[in-house]
Amino acid sequence: MFAKPIKDDAKDKVGTTGHSWDGIEELNNPLPRWWLWTFYLCILFALGYTIAYPAWPLIHGATPGVLGASTRADVEKDIQHFDALNAPIKAKLVAADLTAIEGDDALKAYALAAGKSLFATNCAPCHGAGAAGVQGLGYPNLLDNDWLYGGAIDAIHTTITHGVRNTVDPDARNVGIYMPAWSDKATGPLADMATAKLTGEQIGQVVNYVLKISGQAADEGKATAGAAIFTENCVACHGEGGIGNRDLGAPNLTDAIWLYGGDETTLTATLTAGRGGVMPSWGYAAAGSSARLTEADIRAVAVYVHSLGGGE
Amino acid sequence: MSDTQDPPQLYAAREPIFPRRVKGTFRTLKWWLMGFMLGIYYITPWLRWDRGPLMPDQAVLLDLSSRRFFFFMIEIWPNEFYFVAGLLIMAGLGLFLFTSAAGRVWCGYACPQTVWTDLFILVERWVEGDRNARIRLHRQPWNWEKLIKNGIKWWLWLLIGLATGGAWVFYFTDAPTLFWGLLNGTASPVAYITMAVLTFTTFFFGGFAREQICIYACPWPRIQAAMMDEDTITIGYRSWRGEPRGKQSVQTSGDCIDCMACVNVCPMGIDIRDGQQLACITCGLCIDACNGIMDKIGKPHGLVGYLALTDEPLEKAGKADKPIWKHILRPRTIVYTVLWAGIGIGLVAALFLRANLDASITPVRNPPYVTLSNGDIRNTYDMRLRNKHGEDRWFTVSATAGGDVTLALEGTDALRVLVKANETLVQRLFVTAKAGTVAATAHHLPLRLWINDVAGTEAPKAERIYKDTIFNGKEDN
Repeated sequence: MFAKPIKDDAKDKVGTTGHSWDGIEELNNPLPRWWLWTFYLCILFALGYTIAYPAWPLIHGATPGVLGASTRADVEKDIQHFDALNAPIKAKLVAADLTAIEGDDALKAYALAAGKSLFATNCAPCHGAGAAGVQGLGYPNLLDNDWLYGGAIDAIHTTITHGVRNTVDPDARNVGIYMPAWSDKATGPLADMATAKLTGEQIGQVVNYVLKISGQAADEGKATAGAAIFTENCVACHGEGGIGNRDLGAPNLTDAIWLYGGDETTLTATLTAGRGGVMPSWGYAAAGSSARLTEADIRAVAVYVHSLGGGE
Repeated sequence: MSDTQDPPQLYAAREPIFPRRVKGTFRTLKWWLMGFMLGIYYITPWLRWDRGPLMPDQAVLLDLSSRRFFFFMIEIWPNEFYFVAGLLIMAGLGLFLFTSAAGRVWCGYACPQTVWTDLFILVERWVEGDRNARIRLHRQPWNWEKLIKNGIKWWLWLLIGLATGGAWVFYFTDAPTLFWGLLNGTASPVAYITMAVLTFTTFFFGGFAREQICIYACPWPRIQAAMMDEDTITIGYRSWRGEPRGKQSVQTSGDCIDCMACVNVCPMGIDIRDGQQLACITCGLCIDACNGIMDKIGKPHGLVGYLALTDEPLEKAGKADKPIWKHILRPRTIVYTVLWAGIGIGLVAALFLRANLDASITPVRNPPYVTLSNGDIRNTYDMRLRNKHGEDRWFTVSATAGGDVTLALEGTDALRVLVKANETLVQRLFVTAKAGTVAATAHHLPLRLWINDVAGTEAPKAERIYKDTIFNGKEDN
């Protein structure tokens, strides 16, 4: 663009790389030397880093590094730090009356947050991340307002502490109490507690009775016949009219909520082969070991479950 | 073996640059700009703004720990971060506009790298003298004089660096509190670390790296080339007037007397007479230098000056330049201006339209619904209520839906919840539809939830907003 007599054209000084496109040439400028030094410094830094920090792979693990840095140890330190920070409020949570926790804003906020993460870690595998349970498998939905053993906070607390029908905790709920297998062909432990051996036809009659009392379509004739069998064998646990009994964990058969399912097929399967869901004990410590959850943790989970919408 | 030419050098050491002192219009303008911009930078965090007892009273505050940005009367919450994004986009478009109109004005006048380098060179000149003295000092072997002068210079640079980093941290927390904390050593380690890093980078970038940052480190100069065209006003050398350069006494010479004044004052160490080039930041100092020389030899100003490429053929033909507005008003600059202003108007409108009550409602999707013992269907929602009033306020919730639904809030029997001043409350909401109703049996229905601001002690004006969501039914019921 500018006329000829430019004195020191860069092209004369450094030359070009020989690349030329549409007359645009690429100058062969040297790189700044400090780039080179930066590059060497980076190599030096990298070498120093591999000496200071875990780096070189060995057969089992890696070189530890002279600084002894370990992210695992850092995490442990962090956990200890936060445990120490949480210690006072955990102590307060354990000391408080169970029913008073939800009235204390600070305690409730802590319990909800802690309970949520504890639930996700320990309870979600069966009850689901959203606490909706798994109906077909008999993991109860914790969001609804029907409870096998009670939905008040202390009842929830007891259930979590001792579990249900487990063989570990002597205080577990319903040890030896379960839904028997009523079929006359059934064998095995679940059949032992049945007070009668019912034929397939009789089971069908009871199923129709249960369908009737839960407000579903049922065969009237079968249901009437089933009522007699029900009164004779089922009332002991499920109560008069099938309204359930929380002391025995016997579900209410008249409502819209079913642990395993309220349709004819599922009810038939339940009566034929029996049911006996198990929940582990979270607060029982066997000799020489510690419980799965501390009392503070259990209380936090109880408050969290109680807040999910069905709490009584 | 006949090739005696040296192989090309792959690496070159930095050529030190010793810009000479210069006086003139652009130098004066740059001093004022430097004072103005450094003034803004240092004073802003100390401006106070009364926001009431519960809020910080710093006019400009980026409160990262509480997730609030304060800018005088404007308060930005995290959910309104689009304001910040919008401002950044406007800053970007503003740079595009200025670059396409007047070249690298940002680089030459406003870039912190330029401003601080200018300040560092000023300090260097105070301590070591002007160009010739500095060159002499640079070339002489290390002795007491060199040691002392460099020592003083470096200490002053470090002090400027410390003040730079020191001012920066005040933007992020209450300035007076932090100032005393810094003095008595109780401030957060983050503040000290930030200050140390910025002190070092300022010292290094302004004192030693200087033009290397612009040439090798900064991507912006390379991008700017895409915004400039032949109508962009930039700094150039009128070779048709200056060449052939040489002594004034020679009759055939042009106006350039090859005094090197323009080269000696250049902070980038280039010769503007080589034409527009990658390293030129268009700081205007060569114009001042050349105009000073032209005054002395009795020639008109403007041998080096602001001009556009399209002016060159006109001037060569002895015609007048295109008027400046014809250079500036082009489709490209108009598009940039329209975009810039459009975003600006949008942001201002959004600022005035936003409510003091803000809420979001998220349906809990795991599970989508819960069957209750009497067969009713319940949905759960997580509400986030943001109370931007400077006082505690009560809110109620109501719903308009296709069917009859009942509402309940977790943890309280009333449908009323208190949100503390300037806080966000996460509240669980239960909505229940009677068994057999449309809402309970439809796959899902639209649900409009109203949030009413019912009681403020000062402003009892009820403010209400709604959020639309859905209600999931039990389809196979």
